Amino acid sequence: MSETKRFLYVNRKAPYGTIYALESLEVVLIGAAFEQDVALAFVDDGVFQLTKGQDTTGIGVKNFSPTYKALGDYDVNKIYVEKESLEARGLTVDDLMPLKYEDEDDDWAEKDSIHVVSSQELSEIIDQSDIVLSF
Amino acid sequence: MAMLHTVNKSPTDRNTLESCIRLAKKGGSVLLIEDGVYGAIKGAAKAGVVGNAMSGLSFYVLGPDLKARGISEDKLIDGIKIVDYNGFVDLVTEHDTTQSWL
Repeated sequence: MSETKRFLYVNRKAPYGTIYALESLEVVLIGAAFEQDVALAFVDDGVFQLTKGQDTTGIGVKNFSPTYKALGDYDVNKIYVEKESLEARGLTVDDLMPLKYEDEDDDWAEKDSIHVVSSQELSEIIDQSDIVLSF
Repeated sequence: MAMLHTVNKSPTDRNTLESCIRLAKKGGSVLLIEDGVYGAIKGAAKAGVVGNAMSGLSFYVLGPDLKARGISEDKLIDGIKIVDYNGFVDLVTEHDTTQSWL
């Protein structure tokens, strides 16, 4: 087993208008099988991927937003959302789906996966990543 | 000659909405579709662009695209009207011409 690397997936596109959001999610789920240290960042229009209440029945496209709720089961529980991106779009964390995971080191306590971070904090997170994949 | 303008790009990804509003003649209408519906959210940094243009242009947003993206009606800029697909067709027939901004 090689050394664990810190992966960061940076998501900057809105869902449905382009294929980037869905493709990123597919890659994250595949990558999760390789037991690497995985984190996701949502910036710019990427924050729209996490809005709650998405209902695509009227546009004939698959609603893939419930899949984000499964990430915790794949040990993908570091989800960073840039505060400045939310604010510029008239959103708050309350407009986002609550994403949770069960912490095996803390008696399987349910915890929030989403962390709203400032640009400065996200800058540090990106800097400390070994591999950054951009979507 | 009243024209219907459709915008399908997010205002925080492209400047399509701003160009449309800058160049659309007064008396026309703007219909936000697909990722364009993000331009209808109040409190957003670009919301003022739409608000200022409302005196000269009528604004509409396509309901199914809003629902797909999880944007509830209470998040919309006051004065923007929601239409369904039939309403989209009505808008096309009520205007002399349609321009699709890409």
